[in-house]
Amino acid sequence: MVSAAEARVWDALAEVSDPEIPAISVVDLGVIRSVQVDAQAVRVELLPTFIGCPAVAIMQQQVTEKVRSLALADEVEVRVSYAEPWTSERITAEGRKRLRSSGFAPPEAAPPAAGLEELMVLSGATCPYCGSRNTTLENPFGPTLCRSIYHCDACRQPFEQFKTV
Amino acid sequence: MTDLTPAARDGLAELLLTLADDELVIGYWDSEWTGIAPLLEEDVAMSSISQDEIGHAAALYGMLGELTGRDPDEFAYGRQPDAYRHAPLLDHPRTDWAFTIARRFLYETADAARLESLAASSHAPLAQLIAKMRREERYHLMHLEAWVRRLAEAGGAVRERLADAFAALGPDATAVLGPLDAEEALLANGILPEPMAAIRTRWIERVGATYDGLGLSRPTGDVGPGARERHGAAFTWLHGEMTMVSRSEAGATW
Repeated sequence: MVSAAEARVWDALAEVSDPEIPAISVVDLGVIRSVQVDAQAVRVELLPTFIGCPAVAIMQQQVTEKVRSLALADEVEVRVSYAEPWTSERITAEGRKRLRSSGFAPPEAAPPAAGLEELMVLSGATCPYCGSRNTTLENPFGPTLCRSIYHCDACRQPFEQFKTV
Repeated sequence: MTDLTPAARDGLAELLLTLADDELVIGYWDSEWTGIAPLLEEDVAMSSISQDEIGHAAALYGMLGELTGRDPDEFAYGRQPDAYRHAPLLDHPRTDWAFTIARRFLYETADAARLESLAASSHAPLAQLIAKMRREERYHLMHLEAWVRRLAEAGGAVRERLADAFAALGPDATAVLGPLDAEEALLANGILPEPMAAIRTRWIERVGATYDGLGLSRPTGDVGPGARERHGAAFTWLHGEMTMVSRSEAGATW
C-alpha cells in the first residue's frame, strides 16, 4: 500500500534523470526498489545497474536532494541495496521508449524463466534509428559498464545498446 | 550481523578479504591495458572489465567494513603489500597479451566456480551481492573464452605463447581455489556451502573440457599452503601504483 506521502516521493523521483542517459528517469530505469515514509524518515532503496557504476554515488546524491526538497521528514536515507539484483527487465515500457528516442537500443527481453547461464547475452539488437534487426555486435563492452556497441547494417549507423543483465 | 559466532565472523572476514583482494588486484593489473591494448575494441573491453572488478572489490570491502567497523578504504589502499590476501596467480605482471588472456581466463573461470557456490551462502548479504556479481561476470567469461579460442586456433607463435602462459600459470591458478584458514568454521555455518576442494575439482573439469577441445594440457600442480600470504616484487610495484593517490593525501575524502 503506497501512502500519499510515498506517492509524492515516487512522483518527485520521476523527475530525477539518470546522470549518464538524461533522457530516462531513475524510476523508469528501475533503480528505485522501495520508498518508505514515516514520521521520522524517508527511506529509499537504490539498486545499482552495475556494481562498479560510478554514477551510483551521483544518483544517490540527487535522489537525496530531491527527497529532501519535499520536506516530508527530518531524516532522508538513500541506501544502495543488493537485496535483489537490478536486471534490465526492470526498465519500464516508458523507459524503453525514451532510450530508443535518444539513440539507445533497449535491452533484449530475456527468455521466460531463463537461468543465469541461459540468459541470452548476445541476442542481438534492434536499430533505434531505422528499426532493422540486421545489426552486428561490435563490442559487448562500451563507453560505460552498462552499454554494448552495435552497428546497423541496414542504415549503417553505429549505436549503443543498454546491456541485457 | 549479530547472529554470527566469533569464529564465523572471523571466517567471513577472511573470505571477504580474499574475494575483494583478488578482484582489486586483477582489476588493477588489467587496467594497465587502457590505452595500449592491441585493438581499440579491446582497449574498451579490458578497461570495462577492470572497472567491473574494482567495483566488485569496493562492494566487498564495504561489506567487510560493516562487519569489522573499519573504513573500507583502509582495506583497499591502507595496507602494506604483504597484508593483501590475493592469490599468487595475481602476483605476475601483465606481461604480453597472450599471458594476460591466459591468466585472465584462468582467473575468470576459477572465480565463476567460486561464485556459483557462494550464491548459495547462508549469509544473505553475501549471497545477494554475489547474485548481482554473477550477472556481470558472465560477460567476462564469454569474452575470455572467445579470446582463448582465437589465440589457440591462430596457431604458430601466438598459440605457443598462450600454451606457454597456461603451462607457467597452472599451479598458481589452482591456488585461487585453495583451502581457506577458516574453512571449517565457514562450512559449519554454511557461509561456504561446500569445501574449496570440491569447487576446485569442478573448475578443473570445466576448464579441462576447454583445454581438451583446443588440444592444450590441463592445469596441474599445487603451490602449497600460505600462498596468499607471500607476494613478490611485481606486486610491490603494483601496490605502489595503486596506492599512489591515497598516499598523496592521507585521510582525504574524495
